[in-house]
Amino acid sequence: MNYIFYFLIVISIIAGAVNGKLPDVVNSILTGAELSVKVAFSLIGIMAFWLGMMRIAEKAGLVKLIAKLIKPITKWLFKDIPSDSPALGNVALSFSANALGLANAATPIGLKVMEELQEENKDKESASDAMCVFLAMCTAGFQLVPATVIAILVGAGAKNPTEIIAPTMLVTAIAFLSSIMIAKILGKLWVKQEVKND
Amino acid sequence: MINLISLWAIPVILFVILTMGLIKKVPIYEEFTEGAKDGFKVAVNIIPYLVAIIVGVSMLRASGVIDSLAQFMSPLLHKFMIPVEALPVMIVRSLSGAATLGLFSDIAHHFGPDSYAAKLCAVIVGSSETTFYVLAVYFGSVGIKKVRYAMLTGIIADFIGVVAAVAVCSHYFLPSIG
Repeated sequence: MNYIFYFLIVISIIAGAVNGKLPDVVNSILTGAELSVKVAFSLIGIMAFWLGMMRIAEKAGLVKLIAKLIKPITKWLFKDIPSDSPALGNVALSFSANALGLANAATPIGLKVMEELQEENKDKESASDAMCVFLAMCTAGFQLVPATVIAILVGAGAKNPTEIIAPTMLVTAIAFLSSIMIAKILGKLWVKQEVKND
Repeated sequence: MINLISLWAIPVILFVILTMGLIKKVPIYEEFTEGAKDGFKVAVNIIPYLVAIIVGVSMLRASGVIDSLAQFMSPLLHKFMIPVEALPVMIVRSLSGAATLGLFSDIAHHFGPDSYAAKLCAVIVGSSETTFYVLAVYFGSVGIKKVRYAMLTGIIADFIGVVAAVAVCSHYFLPSIG
């Protein structure tokens, strides 16, 4: 993360100077910072709503029930997490919300999962394997219906906008499965590397 | 059918949660407000991480480096029949959701929504998530500073996603266009 942050900014400055766009680069600091706060504040309301609902779901035993149903899969995906942890039920909810394209619900549920995974995490500043696998699931962005994309195509006057659904599903499935496999493989390699460094 | 599921998903989820809560005698109003209290806290917690990632990405986009990269890579794109205008979408989609949608709608209007470039970009945008944003927000919310292999996983998976999109789309859409 340190290097990425460094390179994002340093490359922007160098490229901006070369392209004669330095004023734009400097201005983008202000607009970017403003946008970040807007994004965070736009999350507050919907975040509060779903966190409230999730708490009821948890108290009603719903999350535990779902966790039990998907146990065979999560046992393999999240080896270090005890099988009765509420995190596993919430992983299923977060996945469903993503798949259905409910982005507003997916983020709050996803953040709840992170909080629960953090409780099981030994080193609070460093990501656990379970977190990395969960993030692999989220960043792959598995989605059944790309509603926004279709809306844009319709807006531009496409003849047959829904024809992109089938190829999108195929690609999103490939990306999702490979993302989890990569996380699993890198997880093994990383542990070896870290043992060596100690 | 799938649209119907999308429409009913949230109402059904809310109905099930609240009904189950009442049956199990959970004080649903009190528990709701108790859980909702964290909403503000979480949103405020992620601000520093959002600022770091969004400012960085905004600067990168303003610097014009993405356009230069597109020019630099055009021979390679030609070989795989990837339209040059699709490259900025491929690069930006991992960095910024709003920018990706902006670029995509620009392509759909400029080159026509039925052009190969628009279809390829549609599949790329629809099958992906803004990796950097998700990493920043999710890890930021719990204060993780070392992301270990999560970043590399996201980048490799995004790359595979683009390759898969190009492969699938060239089979699916190109013969009909010629």
